[in-house]
Amino acid sequence: MSAVYILWLRQLKRYFRSKSRIVGALGQPLLFLFALGFGFGPIYQQAGQGDYIQFLVPGIMAMTILFTSMFTGIEIIWDRQFGFLKETLVAPVSRYHIMLGRSLGGATIAIFQGLVVFSISLFAGFKVENWLMAPVAIVFMFLTAMLFTALGTAIASLLEDMQGFQLIMNFLIMPTFFLSGALFPLDGLPGVLTYITMFNPLSYGVDALRGALIGATHFGFLVDFAVLGISGTILLFIGGYLFSKVQV
Amino acid sequence: MNEAYSKNDNIIQVRNLTKKFKDFAAVDDVSFDVQRGEIFAFLGPNGAGKTTTIKMLTTLLNPTSGEMLLDGFDPAREQHDVRRSFGIVFQDASLDDELTAYENMYFHAVIYKIPKATRKARIEEMLKFVQLWERRGDQVKFFSGGMKRRLEIARGLLHLPKILFLDEPTLGLDPQTRNLIWEHIKDLNKHERITVFLTTHIMEEADRVADKVAIIDHGRIVAQGTPRELKDRTGSATLEEAFLVYTGKTIREEEATGLDNMRMASKMWTRRAGR
Repeated sequence: MSAVYILWLRQLKRYFRSKSRIVGALGQPLLFLFALGFGFGPIYQQAGQGDYIQFLVPGIMAMTILFTSMFTGIEIIWDRQFGFLKETLVAPVSRYHIMLGRSLGGATIAIFQGLVVFSISLFAGFKVENWLMAPVAIVFMFLTAMLFTALGTAIASLLEDMQGFQLIMNFLIMPTFFLSGALFPLDGLPGVLTYITMFNPLSYGVDALRGALIGATHFGFLVDFAVLGISGTILLFIGGYLFSKVQV
Repeated sequence: MNEAYSKNDNIIQVRNLTKKFKDFAAVDDVSFDVQRGEIFAFLGPNGAGKTTTIKMLTTLLNPTSGEMLLDGFDPAREQHDVRRSFGIVFQDASLDDELTAYENMYFHAVIYKIPKATRKARIEEMLKFVQLWERRGDQVKFFSGGMKRRLEIARGLLHLPKILFLDEPTLGLDPQTRNLIWEHIKDLNKHERITVFLTTHIMEEADRVADKVAIIDHGRIVAQGTPRELKDRTGSATLEEAFLVYTGKTIREEEATGLDNMRMASKMWTRRAGR
């Protein structure tokens, strides 16, 4: 278990040492928050749906978690390039522990980033419905982060180099974000979109965060928890298996 | 059985080892033994199969066929036991540049389960051995190539391995650092009885440090013996001449992999960004 801890610690040290990464990773969510939040706010209000910022913030937090955790998983390619992966692969440690340590590290960073976005959004006028629900929000942030770190690890284990990275960005991360209900309500969507959002795990992460922070869920906490928990566990095993097959 | 064992105390045994990438045999029916406590040099032109062999011995790559034994364990099956028994310095960098020298060592100590009680003393001892103790708090990205190499050697030795693999440990280093590194290695071999398995392009170095040499070309071993034997057999004055007799004078080309291309691109990028 000490191997899991040291791998977790390494992720955190790396993260807090690269200031440009912290700032860079916050740029995009904040742009979305301000451009969409204030841009669509008036229309949203006219449609009788209330305050768009209230609705949007949990979605943007989920987006931050999605991006950060997917990148952490994909960072394995980076480690492969700079050679550090070999150091971990020749060590007498279970591959599952390596994967677990990395994923926990990634999840911690993702939650931290999510909380930074959350803090900034308080200045933009976001109001928490019930602060006692904060621990629930953290739990769901963690589940979402673990799920997507595992997915990133699984994908990175199959890739040789960064060539396929743009592909993943455009055909996986962006669609996952846009088709998750992060930006729009899930009620009354056209048929196809309903099904797509139903099969998108991020939808449940966004939904649960909304439930915890503004007291409105679409699927309900129980469904959110079950879907994120089960699909996250499955992905962790797939990711761990694929990672254990990596040869360098 | 017992008698045969005492006669040849081989810490590494390789029989008919083969690794194929699609149709291309990178390592082709290779057999050799390394005796406990000796310095064994694995020589060959670029792309001859040296690194591929090391990767198979160190559990990073599964062989297509053939048998290997490392200190009595099979790298293809008993990976954990094998991993505990060797240390390795890779051909290209394998340190975490964002961490300090001490943190890189500490990471290694923890994943190799060096007991907490001896961890710090052991790290200090090894960092002093390669003369990097004063720089322990610096991030590795500020180190020169030679310092990184020395740190990698210290790290590879941290968990008291029985075998030390060195894949071109002096590549790109100046003569001073090269000498220092070979002194360290000979010293270790003599005093700690660590078996050393190394590859190098510099024949003069191999001649100076190695007890035994194997020359590999196109994935096959073309000659084995002590440096003296190989020189005598070919009537050469130096090991380099003997090497050229065995491997010819044609220049080899190594195909760049996607990974190499990426590494190049990243180097260009970091240079442009000014570190």
